[in-house]
Formats: sequence, structure tokens, C-alpha cells
Amino acid sequence: MAARYDRAITVFSPDGHLFQVEYAQEAVKKGSTAVGIRGKDIVVLGVEKKSVAKLQEERTVRKICALDEHVCMAFAGLTADARIVINRARVECQSHRLTVEDPVTVEYITRYIFTNRLKYTHNGRRPFGISALIVGFDYDGTPRLYQTDPSGTYHAWKANAIGRSAKTVREFLEKNYTDEAIASDNDAIKLAIKALLEVVQSGGKNIELAVIRRNQPLKSKEIETLVAEIEKEKEEEAEKKKQKKSS
Amino acid sequence: MEYLIGIQMKHDYDKMFKLSEKILLLCVGEAGDTVQFAEYIQKNVQLYKMRNGYELSPAAAANFTRKNLADYLRSRTPYHVNLLLAGYDEADGPGLYYMDYLSALAKAPFAAHGYGAFLTLSILDRYYRPDLTREEAVDLLKKCLEELNKRFILNLPSFTVRLIDKDGIHDMEKLPIGPK
Repeated sequence: MAARYDRAITVFSPDGHLFQVEYAQEAVKKGSTAVGIRGKDIVVLGVEKKSVAKLQEERTVRKICALDEHVCMAFAGLTADARIVINRARVECQSHRLTVEDPVTVEYITRYIFTNRLKYTHNGRRPFGISALIVGFDYDGTPRLYQTDPSGTYHAWKANAIGRSAKTVREFLEKNYTDEAIASDNDAIKLAIKALLEVVQSGGKNIELAVIRRNQPLKSKEIETLVAEIEKEKEEEAEKKKQKKSS
Repeated sequence: MEYLIGIQMKHDYDKMFKLSEKILLLCVGEAGDTVQFAEYIQKNVQLYKMRNGYELSPAAAANFTRKNLADYLRSRTPYHVNLLLAGYDEADGPGLYYMDYLSALAKAPFAAHGYGAFLTLSILDRYYRPDLTREEAVDLLKKCLEELNKRFILNLPSFTVRLIDKDGIHDMEKLPIGPK
């Protein structure tokens, strides 16, 4: 059945599916994992860095991009599609500043990206094969995290993950995202790293992290020390459990 | 020289537009054209920074501005603005660029626009040296403003002064060259 209804985006299947959109979501599931966490005064984005070939310059593979000084996004899926989305979003951020004299709110730029992409699902062109996590602070100081997907919808989240093994990471976050877990900035960052370590095999070297603090632009975080701390905490907990068992 | 002269009749109107951390654009001319054009250039310079991760150099920003001015000049909607662009480049040091409404561009050691230019350029010609220190440059600016106070027909109560150096843009206290 799928064979006859999935050639074009403009065709519904008899049971109500738009197969092209669902295939786009499959493309997203192949991308490397990204996780976003909204803290109290900080928003954190973490991505799994795909291992680069030996001769490749690592700097050119950036999965976390600043859209404006107070908004950034990470994506999972087709990198080429993401680049188009990011470029349009950057232009729109400046255009908004020019016409309205105010920086964009995170919701505005997410909605803009989503309406932009909706045009592609309606006009018979293929949908974008990416999901994006868009984080930032509105100018009233509220932190925000939004997720968009290939079907063109967007939702606000407290914490979310996209890409490969997103389900595992999301389950981890559902268990561990509490108000205490994100009480301080460092705690929020550690939670993001812990979530990624669930699915990233080789530890700290393959994780890239970026944080935005209120009124401060995007910073890439040094995670080696934090990962070492987390490993130590894990060991200590394992030790305690062992002692409980033996006593 | 790392400074700009901004002379205004409305004394709370700021004609300097911050293009980036180390570049200022001073825009004078037709009302409305000035703000429209300067804000357009400002946002495009910011967009470059977002896209590429680093800021345009002052020379690049000046040439970009000139190109835009030239394109609009040859359209139905030319902008009637005169510009001074000042910036600090890590490699080349401080630079001042003079642009006028016919989109001429010249890198200059000192510059001025408007009727005040007739009076101040001679002062600058006489006393400018390429190796002025910061204090000497500010003193030279004060000399120019005193000259204007003496000979210029309009009453100009206050001037906004900004300084650009390797640490960015600094506001200096408003120079109190008032009517004597």
C-alpha cells in the first residue's frame, strides 16, 4: 500500500498518512543524538559528535549553531537541509530586529521556521529532513526550549532529545528531570551530559556542549572536567550500593 | 585618529550607529534616509557575524557600505547620506573612512562632513600628526570645537564624543563647549 502513496508529499494514503513526512522522520532518527535542557537561569544543548575521519578538520563539523546572540539551535538529520533552515533563521532574526527594534522571542523564531517549512510540505516539494531543538532566553528573561519536527509542528519542552536513541534519552530525562536536578547551572549541565552518556559510547570526547545564560551569548562548554566529575559520582554511588549489599 | 565628531542641533539625537564591537558609523544627511540606511547596514553587519562566527573588519564594512550606497544611487531611490566609519582592526589598527552621498570612499587620517567641515578641516590640517597620543587627539578635537564655537553661525551646545581603541567603543563625557 505504501508503494502507491509515498511518491509525492501531496498524496494522502487511505489510512491518513503522509508517507513522505514519516520517511523524513526516519531520516531524523538516523542523525546523531542531541539533547536540550531548560534550567532556571541557563539552557543547555548537548550533541553527540560523530567521529571524524583522521584527516578531517574537526572544527568544520558544527551541529550547534547560534541564530542570534540569545538563541541557538541543535539539529538531527540531514545536515544540508539544516544549513538552509539556519541561514533563513539568521536572516529573520536580524530582519526582526530591523523592523521591530527588539530581539526575537524563541517562540517567534521557532514559529517562523515552522511556517517556512510548512510551505514545503504543502507545495509539493519534499519536507526538510531535520528535527531541531531551539533554545534561548526571551528578553523578559524566561528560558525556553522548543522542538520542531519534519511535519512542521513545534512544541515547548522542559527537556527533550532528538536523533538516534532519542527515546532512551527522553526516558532518562523523564526519570531524572526534577526541580532539584536543575537547581543550579552546573546541575543542569551535568544532567545533559549524563543523558548523553546513556547513549554515547566513548565518553566525553564525543560530546559537544553549548550553554546560554541569561544576558550572555552562547558559550561552548569545557566538558572534560565535568565528565570526569560525573564518572567519579557514578563510581561513588556504585561503591555505596556494594557496601549496602554486603552489610 | 580614533574619534568622530558628531555635531547636532537637536542635542539629544545620537547619530552614531554601533555596527559591531569595534566599529561605529556616523550618518548624517536627509532626515529618515540616515536612520534607514544606517540601521540596514548595522543589521547586515550583525548577520555576517552570525553566519560566519566573526565580525567584519572596518575596511570590509566600509566597502560593503559603499557598495550598498552605490547600488542605491543608481536606482530610483538613492539615499542622500554622508558617512564616517571608524573602527579598530586587530591587524591594521585604527582606521577612519570617509564616504559621501555619491558613494565616494576614502580612508583618511581625519575627516568631517557638513558646514562645520569648512571650519574644522583647516584646524586639523594644521595640527594633525600621525603619531598623536590619545590625550593629544582629544585636545585637537577640543580645538576644532572651540573654532566652531567662535566662527560657526549656529549655536551648538553639546557634542557626543566616542573613542574606539583595541578594547572597543568608549563613551567620553559630553564636551561642554557651550555658548560663552
